[in-house]
Amino acid sequence: MVKRHEDVIIQTVCRCLIPYMQIYSLYVLVHGHGSPGGGFQGGCIFAASFVLLAIVYDLREAKRRFSEKTNGVFCALGVFIYTAIGWLCLLLGGNFLDYGKLSKIFPTDPVMARYYGMAGIETGVQITVMAIMVSIFLNLATKGKHEEVLEE
Amino acid sequence: MIEQFPALIVVTPLIMSFILFVVSYWNERLCFPILLATLSACVVFALGILDMVIKHGQPIHYYLGGWDPPWGIEYVIDHLNALVLVTVAIVAWLVALYSKSVVEKELHESKLPQFYTLFLLQVTGLFGITATGDMFNLYVLLEIASFSAYAIIAMGERGADFAAFRYVVFGTIGACAYLLGVGYLYILTGSLNMADLTQLIPKLFYNKALLVGFALFLIGVGIKMGIFPLHTWLPDAYTLAPSAVSALLAPLFTKVGAYVIIRIMFTVFDPSFSIKLYPVMDILGWIAAVGIAFACIMALAQSDLKRMLCYLIVAEMGYIVIGIASANRLGLTGAILHIVNDMFMMACLFTVAGAIMYQTGARNIYQFRYLHRTMPVTLGVFVVGALSVVGVPPMCGFFSKWYLILGTIEAKKWLLLFVLLASSLVNAILFFRVIENAYLEPRGEHAFAHDGGHPSISLDGVPWSMLIPMLMIAAGIILLGIFSGVIIKHVIQFAVPASF
Amino acid sequence: MLEYIIAKYNYWIYIFLLMIGFYAMMAKNNLMKKLVGMNIFQWAIIFYFVSIGAKKGGTVPIISGVHGHHGAEHLVVHAVDYINPLPHVLMLTAIVVGLATTGIALALLIVIYRRYGTLEEDEILEELKK
Repeated sequence: MVKRHEDVIIQTVCRCLIPYMQIYSLYVLVHGHGSPGGGFQGGCIFAASFVLLAIVYDLREAKRRFSEKTNGVFCALGVFIYTAIGWLCLLLGGNFLDYGKLSKIFPTDPVMARYYGMAGIETGVQITVMAIMVSIFLNLATKGKHEEVLEE
Repeated sequence: MIEQFPALIVVTPLIMSFILFVVSYWNERLCFPILLATLSACVVFALGILDMVIKHGQPIHYYLGGWDPPWGIEYVIDHLNALVLVTVAIVAWLVALYSKSVVEKELHESKLPQFYTLFLLQVTGLFGITATGDMFNLYVLLEIASFSAYAIIAMGERGADFAAFRYVVFGTIGACAYLLGVGYLYILTGSLNMADLTQLIPKLFYNKALLVGFALFLIGVGIKMGIFPLHTWLPDAYTLAPSAVSALLAPLFTKVGAYVIIRIMFTVFDPSFSIKLYPVMDILGWIAAVGIAFACIMALAQSDLKRMLCYLIVAEMGYIVIGIASANRLGLTGAILHIVNDMFMMACLFTVAGAIMYQTGARNIYQFRYLHRTMPVTLGVFVVGALSVVGVPPMCGFFSKWYLILGTIEAKKWLLLFVLLASSLVNAILFFRVIENAYLEPRGEHAFAHDGGHPSISLDGVPWSMLIPMLMIAAGIILLGIFSGVIIKHVIQFAVPASF
Repeated sequence: MLEYIIAKYNYWIYIFLLMIGFYAMMAKNNLMKKLVGMNIFQWAIIFYFVSIGAKKGGTVPIISGVHGHHGAEHLVVHAVDYINPLPHVLMLTAIVVGLATTGIALALLIVIYRRYGTLEEDEILEELKK
């Protein structure tokens, strides 16, 4: 069971480290075009920040900041962003995920519209991957009994 | 709009499954209507696609993302695809309608939204496998379908989680073998697109690496399909799963695997590769014959109805492989017709098994005494399905078996012919055993004492939401039999490769 | 003969890992070890794919100094200088698939452990027979 660890050094270091991890995950996401990275990698790093919070502080504390219901909503939100961008391209006259047609709405030319479309779906992928990794971690950390184990 | 149907049929269940999951946080009673609405839309899409393909006569090419092949992923729908899509959509819709009452009785109510979400994800994977024209995209969608199957099977009764774990390990070997096959093909040709590979592979026919890739494909898809001897995950997984899950997976998942095998052997690899160059058809014929014999013997040994039906699935896959191994037009027509027919037949039988379990809680055949008094309509549906599996006209099973038999006669493979006929006899024994237990009463026992206090029940005790899909499936079996000539003339004869 | 062994060392490594994973999946009794074997099996295939994309003297497949249109008109790109990015892209997807399989299998192991109290296969089969 993930118990609270009463050590000032570890807690302070992690409180400083977690925002940096999250910003780094966004950096990895956005720079996925030109360097190794992308949605999946960024999502894993973002989830790792949550896991660090759960390890250092109590699992109850981590769940207070990011509940399981929010997790489920984020999971669906990521897939929704992905398919919404695809549907938008469909409605604007192209095939599914044909980002070039996004230039009809956004003030860019078709080539850069492809660039931004890809960034958009990578964001959706990041959100979903983060939610799923957090959900896997919660399942394993609570040994499957999500609500009962927090009573101790 | 109708040109976008190939993408819509895959994307709509995907997004609706997640929307269903979120909506369940807010209002749980909306889950089932969303499920039915999504599947109705998919039936409309599938029928539209079939209509387009029949009108054009040419395969539809749909480029995802606007990128031309071979740089982009394309969805190719020709006659074979469209037929399988329509059948999968209709059977999935009927099983979804059936599943409401069964699932509410078998699973805890907090798990219902998860069940419906996994249902839609499974259907997404199945549609995607059928519609796609890119080898790696097929791997991804095959894995989507498999993961939903692993998770949804584990929701069953005692022992289901262990059976699901075994299925995970086995199924991953199959998927990884498929991935290795795709890798070998990519190294040799540099392309992942099916239409492109059709043109690039004939130059490489004498390459050993190509043969290994082909063998890896057969092993990988064979594990997912349930061909003997790679079927060992099937009986445990489908027996211990919830009734609605067996009714969904048993007709659809293995038959879509059979479609993938036909696609790989006859479209991607030229038919002359399997027929003239390497003795693939002989090997497949032997494997199918031994598999059918094994499955029929094991089915005879079972007293649990669902387990018997699971071994019957293995035997039916053997029939399809016999059709492929005949390597002529008649045999392949029989195999494709059998894919469509078997989806309906297995749906019929598994829904009846679930209904009997719902009403009486019994799965052992020898506990089915006096069932004809309490569940006459359900047993009538079972008889229709049983006659179809045995091969009695005008049910659809007769016509597909007829073409398979004609195919083996023309190919002069007498062992396969003998296996087909003998297994029909064993199927008759299997089903008449159940029908005898359910319909006939031993002489001298007075049934009135067993009726107890309850009045004669007019209709079954299963709710209408279960009875109507079962009746529609039974009607479908009879209609498919009557109109099988129409189906063959308009659709299947174009699905068979022209070189036969 | 020797050049078949030395030059194609990536094939030997992947086959070695594949067989280790396969042996673990079949022969080990503990379900967790089977799961680790399955993981090794999948990762062997991922290493193999990534290794076939490599080229001698090739560099990272990113065109530097170009952003959007500005500068792309005068650029001549020799594909032979860059390693093949397609296997890497395919393997990103395969890694995600491997992750999802591991997640599902771990969740199943938790349920199995809670229900039967053990993760040894023969003990579970004994339990199920009762």
